[in-house]
Amino acid sequence: MAFSPNASQVDDGLKSELAKKGIVVTTLNQLYNWGRRSSIWPMQFGLACCAIEMIATACARYDIARFGAELFRPSPRQSDLMIVAGTVTKKMAPQVVRLYNQMAEPKYVITMGACSIAGGPFIDGYNVLRGIDRYIPIDVHLPGCPPRPEALLYGLMELQRKIDGQEIETTEWYQKGLKREYPIPDFGPHGLIPKFNPEVWNPRETENRKERYGEPILIGRKDKAPNLDLPPAPPRSAAPAPAAPPPEPAS
Amino acid sequence: MLSTADLKTKIEAAIPGTTLKLVRESLLLENPNDLLKVARFLKESDLGLDYLSSVTGADYLTYLESVYHFYSMAQKSGPVVLRVRTDRQNPQIPSLTALYRGAEFQEREAYDMYGIVYEGHPDLRRVFMWEGFEGWPMRKDYQQEDSETLEMADVAWLENQGVKVPEPIKAKAEELEKQGKRALAQKPGQPEPQ
Repeated sequence: MAFSPNASQVDDGLKSELAKKGIVVTTLNQLYNWGRRSSIWPMQFGLACCAIEMIATACARYDIARFGAELFRPSPRQSDLMIVAGTVTKKMAPQVVRLYNQMAEPKYVITMGACSIAGGPFIDGYNVLRGIDRYIPIDVHLPGCPPRPEALLYGLMELQRKIDGQEIETTEWYQKGLKREYPIPDFGPHGLIPKFNPEVWNPRETENRKERYGEPILIGRKDKAPNLDLPPAPPRSAAPAPAAPPPEPAS
Repeated sequence: MLSTADLKTKIEAAIPGTTLKLVRESLLLENPNDLLKVARFLKESDLGLDYLSSVTGADYLTYLESVYHFYSMAQKSGPVVLRVRTDRQNPQIPSLTALYRGAEFQEREAYDMYGIVYEGHPDLRRVFMWEGFEGWPMRKDYQQEDSETLEMADVAWLENQGVKVPEPIKAKAEELEKQGKRALAQKPGQPEPQ
């Protein structure tokens, strides 16, 4: 879904003048999108620590109700927005894709936090999915570890801007033959099968990390282990040991 | 609470034939087959170590190790750290589940991550990874899959689901299949010190 500003053909100044006289000029799209963006129902589920920030956003201090998104629904059938809040492990990924498939159109997805965007600090782990965008399309990526509640509110406002730019005539969910369901990955012997869905995501052309850090090494293969028979090494932060005093000159 | 060295002499005196070794602040049990006897002594003697707080695995490249932390709830003492070593090819250690019920899931976890087989465990199967997962991911020689490159199994799965796989990705997968290789992960090396 490409973003396009909601362009009205009526001059803004004229609208403002008419509004002063009690005449409201609008378009069907504006009215329709205003209604939709003002009552986004998020799905009530969290995967890790980002969910705590999501809960804080829903509570009184940050109050996501100001944006009309306070109704967290415990069922995917009743929600418009999936906030993927937290680390998506490989064991959890099939369920997240299944939840997305079960949501009714129109549906939107916000990935909240570094983990659900790209794996975050666990990117090299054997157990963590490198971003849920490998299996489902994402509307708003929201970086942070975890993002502050303000950031989630900003992400929601970005989503509202996106909804504002949609038109009834061209929206996907009124077109025939739309099927926004994606295959649910299976557990394989070394990870998920498939590793990603090329309909949704493709590997980057350039490997930025490799260019930045030079020659690669194999993940997980380590050829060093501590020798327990030796005394433990001093902590790295400790100050260097004072130099031994010079030996007494033999008299 | 006894010191580790005193504990060593006490256990060795109580259970003849057991040899322990001091490793840093812990006790290394030389023969894994003595583990149940030693644990029973720790639990039922006047030491009263009635709480097995943790069972973990560790990989030291030439051998695998299972580490036990015992505490006493009654005497508020502990921990007593006990290590048991086993070889990498056929790692077998007696299970402590019969003595300490809480060891059940922790032994399953050590089995899941390191492949240590706890003999006598009532239900030894994977706990974090799914059934059908191959390999022991916390071992130092575990080779992780490359999550950016599809293999033929992925391509066949996707095409079975009706997803069109782009030609370059498919060609790469076919080439890997021809060479009989897996796509293994590569990680950037350490950054140069500034």
